[in-house]
Order: sequence, then C-alpha cells, then structure tokens
Amino acid sequence: MTASSPATAPEKPGTTGSEPQRNPLGRWSGIASYILWQILKCISLIVAVSALTFFLAKISPIDPVAAYFGSESQASPEQQAALAAKWGLDKPALVQFGLWWRNLLHGDLGTSLMLERPVVTVIRDGLANSSLLLFSAWLISGVIGAFLGVVAGKNEGKWIDRIISGVCYVFAAIPTFWFGMVMLLLFAVWLGWFPIGLSVPIGSTLGDASLGERIHHAALPALTLSLLGISTITMQTRTRLINERHCDYALFATSRGETPWQFIWRHGLRNALMPFVTLQFGSISEIIGGSVLAESVFSYAGLGAITASAGVKGDLPLLIGITLISATLVFLGNLVANLLYPIIDPRIKEKWS
Amino acid sequence: MSALLLNSDPVVERWNGHKTATLVFALTLVLLLTAGIGGSLIPESTYAVHFDQTNLPPSPAHPFGTDWLGRDMGFRALKGLSISIRIGLFASIVSSLIALLMGIGAAVLGGWFDRFVLWLVDLMQGMPHLIFMIFIAILVGRGIPGVMIGVAATHWVGLCRIVRAETIHLRTSPYVIASRQMGRSKWFIATRHYIPYIVPQTLVATVLMFPHAILHESGLTFLGFGIPMELPAIGVILSESMRYLSSGYWWLAVFPGLLLLGLVLTIDRCGNSLSTLISPSTAQK
Repeated sequence: MTASSPATAPEKPGTTGSEPQRNPLGRWSGIASYILWQILKCISLIVAVSALTFFLAKISPIDPVAAYFGSESQASPEQQAALAAKWGLDKPALVQFGLWWRNLLHGDLGTSLMLERPVVTVIRDGLANSSLLLFSAWLISGVIGAFLGVVAGKNEGKWIDRIISGVCYVFAAIPTFWFGMVMLLLFAVWLGWFPIGLSVPIGSTLGDASLGERIHHAALPALTLSLLGISTITMQTRTRLINERHCDYALFATSRGETPWQFIWRHGLRNALMPFVTLQFGSISEIIGGSVLAESVFSYAGLGAITASAGVKGDLPLLIGITLISATLVFLGNLVANLLYPIIDPRIKEKWS
Repeated sequence: MSALLLNSDPVVERWNGHKTATLVFALTLVLLLTAGIGGSLIPESTYAVHFDQTNLPPSPAHPFGTDWLGRDMGFRALKGLSISIRIGLFASIVSSLIALLMGIGAAVLGGWFDRFVLWLVDLMQGMPHLIFMIFIAILVGRGIPGVMIGVAATHWVGLCRIVRAETIHLRTSPYVIASRQMGRSKWFIATRHYIPYIVPQTLVATVLMFPHAILHESGLTFLGFGIPMELPAIGVILSESMRYLSSGYWWLAVFPGLLLLGLVLTIDRCGNSLSTLISPSTAQK
C-alpha cells in the first residue's frame, strides 16, 4: 500500500512536459499533458487487466463448453463443437480476445453460467446492493482514520497517542473476517442490537427496505470493512504530522507563538493530506477485496457474496467480469488521486508547467 | 550487514547496544519455531472425534473447548497454526525471490524491461488481491498449490518497488561506479555489489510479508478456495464455526482467531526486531 508513495506519484508525463515554451497555451499545457498521461495510463492498465484475466482463463484447464453443459450432460461432440464455433472458440486466442473486447465495448461481458443472466446486469445489481456498504466503509475509514491520526500525532508520546497507536497496531493484524465474526457474536447474537446477517429484513427486497433498515443491516459489515483502512490511515497521518512537527519551520512557528492546534491547522493538515489522499484512494482495492470476506460473514447479498459463489461454482465469465470491473474501480480511484496531487501540492504543478 | 561485521566494538558492548531487539528476536523466533515444528508434530489422535464430549465450553481439560464432533479445539487450532506457518513461509519466500529478481533485473537491465516491470507492478497493485487470488485458485484448481501460487503471485509487488529503488540508488554510488569503470561486468556488479546490500533488507521484508501471506491464506481458505476442509487450518476452523455462531458456541470462533492474531503479531515483532538488528542506522543504538 505504502509503496505508491506520494514521491512516486507524479509519474513523468513523457517528454511533452519539458517543452512548454513552444506551446501557446503556456503553463496549462503541462497540466493538460499530465492529466492526459494519467488517463492514458489508467486506460492501458484496464486493457492490461482484461488481457491478463482473459489469457489466464485461456490457459487454464477449465473448458468453457464442458463447464456450460455441466458434467452430467449428454451433449454430443457435434453439439459441443457447434457451441464452440458459435462462441468463436475455434478461432485463435488473439482473435477471441478482440471479439471479447468488441462485445465489451457494446456493454456485453457474456453470460453468467451460474445465474444464466448477463454478467453486466449481475454486476450492476450486485454493486447496487454493495454500494451503501462499500461507500460507507470507505468514508468511515477515512474520517475516523484522519481524526485519530491527528489526535495521536498532536499528542505524541502521551497516553492517548500510546492507546491509539497500540490499538491500530493490533487492528492492522486482525483478520477481517474474524473481526466480523466477533462483531456478529457481540452485537448481533449476544446484545441483539443488529440483525444477524442479510442486507435487508427477511422477506423484503432491496426496493421495499427503507434506508433506515438498510443502514441497520449495513452497520456491522461496514464497520468490519473499514477496520483495516482506519489503522493504516491513522498510522500514516500520525507519522506525517509528527515528522512535520519536528521540522525546523515548526520550531520557528512555535517560537512565533503558534499553538500546536494552530500549527496543525495551518501546516500539519496540508502536509498530511498527500499521504492521506494516496491511502484513501488506494484503499478502494482493500475494501473491494475485503467485501468478499465481510459479505460472506454477514450473508450480505452484494457483489462480494456473488464473487465468492461465482468462485465456488467456477463461473469464469462472471469472475472475469468482476475482476475487470473491480480493477477498473481501483484504477479510477488511483486516477482521481493522481489528478488531486497537483491541486494539493502546488509544487507538482510547477514542475510540469 | 557489512557495517555489522566491520564494527570493531567489543562484543559485550555491541550486545548492550541492542539488547532488547536481540532478546525480542530470539524469543519470537523460538516461539515461531515451536509453533511451526511443534504444531506439525501434533498427532491426529489429540483431536480425534469424541461423540460423548461435544460442544463443551472451555474447561481445564479442553482450554479451547470442543466442537460438534467432540474434537479438542486447542490441538486443532495449534495444528492449523503450523499449517499456516508453513504455507505462509513458502509463499513469502517465493514472493521475495520474485521481487528480488524483478527488482534487480529492472534496475540492472533498464530500458523496456524496467518499464515493463513498473507497469506490471502498477497492474498488480490495482487488482483487488483477494479477487485475483480467488481467480488464480480456481484456475490452478483449489487446494494448497492454488493458495501458494495465488499468495506468492500477489505479494511481491511492494517489495519489488523497494528493491528496484534501492538498486537504482546503488547504481550511482561511488564504489559501484568505480567497479564499473574498472571493467566489471553487469553480472559481477549485480552479484557482488547489489545482492549483498539488498538481501538483508529483503530478509526483513520477507518476515514482514509473512503475516500478510498468512492472513490472505486464511481468508482464502475461509471462503473455501484454499486448504481443503479435511485439514484443521485456521480458515477451515473459522468457516466451520460460522454455522454455530448463532447457537452461542463462541469459543469455536474466538480462540482460533485470537491464536491467529497472536501469530501475526509475533511475526511482526520478529520482523521489526530483525530490522533493528540488521539496519546499519539502528544497529548501533
């Protein structure tokens, strides 16, 4: 996670950034080429993920025709060959990949073997169910993480810092799904404050359930999911604040009469924003991955649970679709972070203009 | 490493210098070895099926309680821990080797290979690891090889970035420049100058990668894509206990999870103390 540190964030935007004088647009050309470069990088990664998943599935021993018919089918070899021809399986792998992309651009990711519905609609419904959970977990981890990080960083070495650091240290090591089970035991089984699993009350669909009911059901899974993010963001924010407070300019600010809170407000937060944005947008990957576990523990009917059952059933079209969509979400998150860097840190903007 | 060897202080003084780190490292290492080797020596008879003592809460005879088949959860969890240690160790060693090869290769060869490795790193970092591991586990076929390949294939990324950055930093250091100007080959510089400098750091990174590997392995197993159900892995135990949560058999879930948490924290302590001992900047403290 920390590897994508802010230092490496402004990737070289080719050679275009180094010759702005010739461009009549002046400094904007630098920023424009930076943005363009980031978008191109994002697109190239999405294509790469699709290629990787596609060719991994291709070299796997799983035969899509056999998987489609199932092990007990009586389909004759001719029928199987006809289906293979219909799907284009008799063509070379590269042609197949091209066909697959053409369908993808038309919004067609194939049909799920398990649910016998188009992959696109399965993922859309799953995301609609999971969105509340994913988004609130993402928000909780950012808000609580930043808050705890600032409190701990301001009180470096005091008891409150020790408690926060200690708890975060342990939380970073807790298996997500186990924490979910303990939450379930404590708050659902023993105290009965929250329902035991499911995303809506039994017998109702997503449409009937009120927002209150949905939040009630999403509370425990969201808390579980935000746990890992909280501890990494807290620790990074704390470290950054402490580093800033030990700088020479911080000493000068203090001698000028700035209180610690004033210093944090004027200088600390601005400097801690860089790693925060990197981590916050980088955590999308962890949250989507963790949602598979959290939704399984809480039997929450969302994309994560669908991923788990697609895996169990060996539903390759659906799995490829989910991998592609979730990787796209992660790359878009990284893109947003990369586009935010020049706004947060004017030095990056100056470098490329 | 060389800084440690060149240190001319008397042995006693050096021992005093990083007493705590040495002590913590030794203790955690012994603990891990005991759990790893001791756990694998536990015979199956210790957690055999006893239908006359099912679902017992924790007691002096069964500190972790028993499950619905009357199996002793303490021994099962310890056995599972040793399985996790072995798989995690293997996966993180393979991951580190990949990272070392790719990182040094990218820095030494440069050019298109460097760009390819960086791009691959970006790619792997973007994929949600768990989903990618499920994907690999299915393609390879479920079971222990699937987990090992899945975990090893996803965990090299961060370390690879570090190794590459360190090697690029080394490339411009005076002694490497001198060596190059004396006509040493790329291979000589890579094996004699880069690797001795980078391997100690990689060692620490491997130990610190270990907990991640174990957590991902247990998560994958919990979902049913990892270690087969016959083995008492922690992921298997926890996924079995899911069915008994609402019955109030809390010990089935709480204790094995705590044991896993303890293992992860112990390895982390071990890695951090090793880092203090190895790193030239803190070794003298």
